[in-house]
Amino acid sequence: MKHKALFLALASTALTATGAFAEDVTLNIESWRNDDLTLWQDKIIPAFEAANPGIKVNFTPSAPTEYNAVLNSKLDAGSAGDLITCRPFDASLALYDAGHLANLADMEAMGNFSDVAKSAWQSDDGSASFCVPMASVIHGFIYNKEAFEEVGVAVPTTEGEFFAALEAFKADGNYIPMAMGTNDQWEAATMGYNNIGPNYWKGEEGRQALIAGEQKLTDDAWVKPYETLAKWGPYLGDGFEAQTYPDSQNLFTLGRAAIYPAGSWEITGFNAQADFEMGAFKAPVMAAGDTCYISDHTDIGIGMNAATAHPEAAKAFLSWVASPEFAGIFGNALPGFFPLSNTPVELEDPLAKEFVSWRGECESTIRSTYQILSRGTPNLENDTWGASVAAIKGTSTPAELGAKLQDGLAMWYEPQQ
Amino acid sequence: MDRPRFRWHIVVFLAPAVLVYTAVMIFPLFNTLRLALYSKIDQERVFVGLENFQRLFLDPIWSEQFWNALGNNFWFFVVHMLVQNPIGVALAAVLSHPRLRFAALYRSAIFIPTILSFVIVGFAWKLILSPIWGIAPSMLDAVGLKALFAPWLGKEEYALTTLALISVWQYVGIPMMLIYAALLTIPEEVLEAGEIDGVTGFSAFWKIKLPLILPSIGIISILTFVGNFNAFDLIYSVQGALAGPDFSTDILGTFMYRTFFGFQLQLGDPHMGSAIASAMFAIILVGVCIYLFGIQTRMRRYQL
Repeated sequence: MKHKALFLALASTALTATGAFAEDVTLNIESWRNDDLTLWQDKIIPAFEAANPGIKVNFTPSAPTEYNAVLNSKLDAGSAGDLITCRPFDASLALYDAGHLANLADMEAMGNFSDVAKSAWQSDDGSASFCVPMASVIHGFIYNKEAFEEVGVAVPTTEGEFFAALEAFKADGNYIPMAMGTNDQWEAATMGYNNIGPNYWKGEEGRQALIAGEQKLTDDAWVKPYETLAKWGPYLGDGFEAQTYPDSQNLFTLGRAAIYPAGSWEITGFNAQADFEMGAFKAPVMAAGDTCYISDHTDIGIGMNAATAHPEAAKAFLSWVASPEFAGIFGNALPGFFPLSNTPVELEDPLAKEFVSWRGECESTIRSTYQILSRGTPNLENDTWGASVAAIKGTSTPAELGAKLQDGLAMWYEPQQ
Repeated sequence: MDRPRFRWHIVVFLAPAVLVYTAVMIFPLFNTLRLALYSKIDQERVFVGLENFQRLFLDPIWSEQFWNALGNNFWFFVVHMLVQNPIGVALAAVLSHPRLRFAALYRSAIFIPTILSFVIVGFAWKLILSPIWGIAPSMLDAVGLKALFAPWLGKEEYALTTLALISVWQYVGIPMMLIYAALLTIPEEVLEAGEIDGVTGFSAFWKIKLPLILPSIGIISILTFVGNFNAFDLIYSVQGALAGPDFSTDILGTFMYRTFFGFQLQLGDPHMGSAIASAMFAIILVGVCIYLFGIQTRMRRYQL
């Protein structure tokens, strides 16, 4: 499959290269999304080329695991494409610092994005923006509608209702209340801690305060989510300690579990696998009527190679990526990867629609550990994985975990010292 | 009187091996040792002497992980020495019994896992032991011992031992083969002479065969030691680079990998990674030297 994609990429490069007219400008896009090759070739690029005669675009992806290394060596050798797909945070910041990515802060189209959306591709002080945000993934819970009807449980909105629902499924005994394992560790942090956490630390407010050093990981706002995670343990399936990520996905899509703590990237896979109706609910709030916060994590952006020979054409493309037209094509072709522009996008997939509707009701934030805070040793993101697992298994108390994480962060992060 | 001519063919025959070995083993080894003495400060590589090692052994963030990994590594080794090698010797002794039928079949069956890829072994055992789909829980259930089942790979207290036993299952064929070969070289006359003196069965094994295969057991021990302290693959394929749960299966190999290449948001640090690799090299070197000079030279050998 991968080879076929690569072959197609090579073949299409050759074709477009020979077919291009002399006056046409050709832009090459570097990307790790080789899964999306057909989407780019059949939908995105034709739409752009139709609107911008004279500019040809080639999408030339490499394998996700090799992308960073391939891109770095191409950039150093001066052979990289004109447009560069950006990983979020430090990986792209390093490229900008090394002078490989151009500053796009003065591009008009950047006004189409919120500050949170842009934060993944900005210098630490926010003065320079070097990638146009393309898509984010939203956290929440996907549930089995049939199971909810069968057991007679209402979709929970508050934490009390959430645990009541879990208790009802446990008492019923036909379903595993929640499908999650701790073997691979990251689910506990990503779909656990960073899923429910924003309601405790009030999204951006708490995240920014942590970066500024005004809040500490030992504060209630950051320890309470661990206390809640500690209550999840009894509702996970037997032997969840050795349950892996694919195990959890299969348990849910086979209809054996009622609730799945999710990221929206699961939507495409789940739609294909599950033969029951699914719904989604956002992380429950403490009390009915509280402001809700969701993790709307910036995942993919696109920037301009500072050494490109066609900066004007590249900027035209980037402006188009920032437009509602692109957002509509991209968002519908990849349900679960949500365009980040301020103008709302009409999505067709019901589950994706459910997820994206929360943007209107709640405040968006990104995962707490991703910006700046995971730069040093010990690595806060890795430690959060371990801490979330320890909380769920009950091997450490939430207070101990908070203290341990805070000590680790304070070792290298000055504002926290 | 002719001077002996310089024997060029020796150089020619040695050259390919020496060149290849130097390029892929000796040069990287010394370069790793050199890299451990540098650090990257403000985008530039700076010589820092032994600072990386100082951090590794004295800075609590690093030393805690290092000693944890080393301790786990020792336990990994101990399990192999206590389980793999005795079982290997026992299997070889049984297989070399002249009246055993289907010996060749057993021999191949036990040896086959050794040639399997660690990815297959890791994946297969992960499935066998899976609390959800695995056959281990249902097999235990069938004999009424379901209560004994635990999600072994997910519990801090069992995970490392479980992995060590998986590795034992995979590699038990190696000591078996080496000992089997050693047992076959024992001449019949020696055993017959023992029989005449009334040494048969078990006591023939303990009093005649075992002393004769002791040098082979020594070689196996040192191979196990080197193999275990370089181990990485099985743990990485089963538990990932974070060697969970809570680093309870973290050994020097996974610790080095994580540090050198980075993991998730943790950026790779080739210099600290090299420092860990150098420490691993030193540990193995010391272990091998202790064996070579302390044990092997004192071992009694018998002329057969």
